[in-house]
This record gives sequence, structure tokens and C-alpha cells, in this order.
Amino acid sequence: MTPEPLPEHPDFLWRTPEPRSSYDVVIVGAGGHGLATAYYLAKNHGITDVAVLERGWLAGGNMARNTTIIRSNYLWDESAAIYEHALKLWEGLPEELDYDFLFSQRGVLNLAHTLQDVREGVRRVNANRLNGVDAEWLEPDEVAEVCPILNVSPRTRYPVLGGTFQPRAGIAKHDHVAWALARRADELGVDLIQGCEVTGFLKDGDRVVGVETSRGRILAGRVGLAAAGHSSVLARLAGFRLPVQSHPLQALVSELHEPVHPTVVMSNHVHVYVSQAHKGELVMGAGVDAYNGYGQRGSFHVIEQQMAAAVELFPVFARAHVLRTWGGIVDVTPDASPIVGSTPVENLYVNCGWGTGGFKATPAAGWTFAHTIATGEPHPLNAPFALDRFTTGALIDEHGAAAVAH
Amino acid sequence: MLLITCPWCGPRDETEYHYGGQAHVPYPENPAELSDAQWAEYVFYRDNPKGPLAERWVHSTGCRRWFNVLRDTVTYEVLASYRLDEPRPGGNR
Ligand SMILES: Cc1cc2nc3c(=O)[nH]c(=O)nc-3n(C[C@H](O)[C@H](O)[C@H](O)COP(=O)(O)OP(=O)(O)OC[C@H]3O[C@@H](n4cnc5c(N)ncnc54)[C@H](O)[C@@H]3O)c2cc1C
Ligand SMILES: [Zn+2]
Repeated sequence: MTPEPLPEHPDFLWRTPEPRSSYDVVIVGAGGHGLATAYYLAKNHGITDVAVLERGWLAGGNMARNTTIIRSNYLWDESAAIYEHALKLWEGLPEELDYDFLFSQRGVLNLAHTLQDVREGVRRVNANRLNGVDAEWLEPDEVAEVCPILNVSPRTRYPVLGGTFQPRAGIAKHDHVAWALARRADELGVDLIQGCEVTGFLKDGDRVVGVETSRGRILAGRVGLAAAGHSSVLARLAGFRLPVQSHPLQALVSELHEPVHPTVVMSNHVHVYVSQAHKGELVMGAGVDAYNGYGQRGSFHVIEQQMAAAVELFPVFARAHVLRTWGGIVDVTPDASPIVGSTPVENLYVNCGWGTGGFKATPAAGWTFAHTIATGEPHPLNAPFALDRFTTGALIDEHGAAAVAH
Repeated sequence: MLLITCPWCGPRDETEYHYGGQAHVPYPENPAELSDAQWAEYVFYRDNPKGPLAERWVHSTGCRRWFNVLRDTVTYEVLASYRLDEPRPGGNR
């Protein structure tokens, strides 16, 4: 018997250039945010002398580890504006990038299990509508219509008392999103450089003029940090502090199943969120570990609680097997909102603090960060997310308000 | 799961405790004289090192007392646990 021939190697989607000695702009971190920033720098601002430096492999950080939920049902005006901008960009991106990354607007349900959850949910639906974000309040029987496998019986420990629903929300295939952005950025002239760790910053007084890397010095007119969980480590090397704390966040998948779960369900109160990937895995997440960590793994009891919640909400999952668990390092700010803008170091800009929810923001984070780097000024959408809000007190407090409990 | 030693009760599972963030953050000596930037530092800015971090934990389902732990944030190894009136082991804070 002759073995099946192996398939042809695919064409590579981007070049693998050697780093040059200088660029107009250096972006640190080739996650979704770094790649989107490079793409929009080239596309919206005509700045193509750009390198994206990645210490590991392209999109191997949180971009490869997240549960891919995309929604814009945030409470506060500033957040609704930036996440809704992202959602509108998502709606056009597959065509614009000519890449089918399986963006699926199957809707997101946020369940309410207590009277306070109900009030928070109704308030958020009203706030969303005022901001032009699609949102509905559903009673338990309507919740069951959207997701028939959900247990809405009143005889559970934390019965489903209703839920908010955003029909335009959904999921996308994260790896493909990264590859699509990388291919376009590369075509526009951006150098994507993997295996290149930034280990220090070159400064002229208070101004950054380049970076030290594991592959030598690279001069840069401007530097943008898009390093997610490692932003505070980099800030420290550059000589300033960020109000972020890095925490492990875990996710897990089951083996493949027939399509049973038609939407995305999130519950803060019992704390689990579940969707079914296109291939058929049940994809589940829960909360961060309370402690700081960089170990890309989390505590077992978090998984235990999340599974208990999942089985109570979805009795049909009782026989599903966990196939794989993993962790990522997320950067959490005191008001659970991101930081996008300038830093105390001139020409050094930061995009961080997206915590557990930055995947959905990927296009808008890139759009606004590219604007800030290109012009030296904030875009109206990221102006409220400046670092100085911790000094002025103009916080955007999404803790618990953002339809997620962490 | 972490195994954390309460200075009073001995080694117990992480689930018996609650986390309290960075240890050794003193209340400002002259609060009335602080600038907004200094208040921001005190209220919002905490160390976030990759490596040993001195942090506070409370034994919530045990003796309910606060104490400090020196823990490596990469390996998650608990290097020491000590009472609030004891200095950080190995010096520096
Ligand atoms: C388990 C889990 C589930 C999540 N679920 C969701 C979700 O459902 N929806 C959602 O919206 N968000 C979710 N998130 C959050 C989301 O993944 C992040 O907010 C987002 O990916 C952060 O932006 P990024 O993609 O650029 O980060 P990353 O992909 O982490 O990119 C940062 C990159 O910087 C690199 N880097 C770090 N230091 C250096 C250095 N010194 N030199 C060079 N490179 C460096 C890293 O290697 C990394 O590749 C989840 C996260 C996790 C961990
Ligand atoms: Zn004790």
C-alpha cells in the first residue's frame, strides 16, 4: 500500500525579512493589536516603513488563546463607542482583507440570575440602545428560544431570570484574523519580524529613539507597545510605570460535537461563557485567577467551578470531555478599561490594559492606535482611554458593568 | 492550585484564602500634601514584576488573619510566608 502523499506546503502569507537598522515606526508585539496597528498605519496613514517585532511567533500570545467573543454591549459611552467601531469594522473586514476568518454573528446572550443582574441587564440594554448598539432584553422563555439547550428551569440553584441579547455579536476564527492582517500588512511593506524580543529602549533624554532587541539595535522614529500582558515589563524598561496587573486567564475546549449550541452564552453570576466553534468544540472560559502571574497557566479550582456552572446551565454537556486547557496572561487596569495613548516618554505610545476582552477590539484598537502613532494625537475614540485618567480621576469604570465579571 | 502556608494555621489550599495584592504599600505620611499624581501612584499603581512579588493574602475560611507571601509570578513557587510585622525575607521591598 502506498502512503497518501502529504499535501503541498501552503504558500507563506508573509515574508520573513531580516530586521533593518531603522524604521519610521516600530511596533512591539505581533498579536492582533500589533498587526492591526501596522495594517492601519499603512492603509489609513500611508506609513509603511514599519516593523512589528515579536519575541515568540506571530499571534502566539493571547491572540491564539482567547475564546474569540466579539460584542459591543458595554455600559459606558466611551466603551460603547470604541467597541461598536470595532464591531462595524469586523463586519467589513473579511471582504476588505479577502480572507474568510469565519466571523459569525450568531449573537451573544448575557444571562441574569439575580434581581440585581436583571436590573443591570435592563439598564445596559437601554444604555446600548441610546448608543446605537443593538440590544434586547429577553425573558426566560425567550432565552430558551434563542438557545434551546439552556436550562431555564426555575428549579436550579441560580435560575435564569432573563438575559440581554446582542444579535450582531458573535465569534471569529482568531488565528485566521491574525494571518489575514499579517498578509495585508506585509503586502503593504511592513516587516513582520518573529523571534525578536525587545530588551530595552534607546533614549535621547526623554525621547525614545529606538529599541534594543535580541537581534540587535533598531532605531525608530516612533515606538508603539502592543504587548498585552507584558506591557508593564516593557514600560519599566522604558523608565515609567503602568497601572496594570498581569493575571492568568484560562480557557478550555471539549472534543468535537454535532452543532448543538447556536449562540454565545455568558454568565457572570455563575461565571462561565460558552460557544461552539465551527469545527464543533465547545469553547469555555471563566474568570481570571486573583493573583498576579506570568506562567500561562491557572488554578484548577477555577476550571472546577466553571465546569459546574456549565453543566448546570447546559445539562447536555454532562457527558462532554475536556480535551485541552490553556492559559494566557491578561493585563488588568483598576477601572477594567484599556489604556491607549501617549506615555511619559516622548514618541513612545502604549496600547494595553484590554484585560480579558481585547480580542473583540482588535480592529478598533489598531485603527485608533495607528492614528495616535501617526499624528501624535489621540483619535476621538481613544482620547478618553489616556493614561492620565488615573491622575485626573476620569475613570471609565467597566468592572461588572461591561457584561463580564472581571 | 497553590499551597500557601498561613503563619498561624500551616499549609492549606489556595481556595481557603483571598488575594490582597501587593504588600508593603504604606499609607502616605502627609496625605494633605500629596499632588494628584502622587495620589494616583498610591491608589492605582502597583508593582507587577516578572519574578518574586511580596503580596498580601487573608486566610478567609481559616483564622481570617492577613499575612504576607513572597511568591514567584513566573513559577508560582511560594518562596516564603510571614506575618505583617515581619520584614520581607531577603531584604528590599
Ligand atoms: C483565555 C483567554 C480568553 C479570552 N477571551 C476573549 C474573548 O472571548 N473576547 C475578547 O474580546 N477577548 C478575549 N481575551 C482577551 C484578548 O485575547 C486580549 O485582550 C487581546 O488578545 C490582547 O491583544 P493582542 O492580541 O495584541 O495580545 P497578544 O496576542 O498577547 O500580543 C502581544 C504580543 O506581544 C509579544 N511580546 C511581549 N513582550 C515582548 C517583547 N519584549 N518583545 C517582543 N514581543 C513581545 C507577545 O509574545 C505577544 O505575541 C481572552 C484572553 C485569554 C487569555
Ligand atoms: Zn490561618
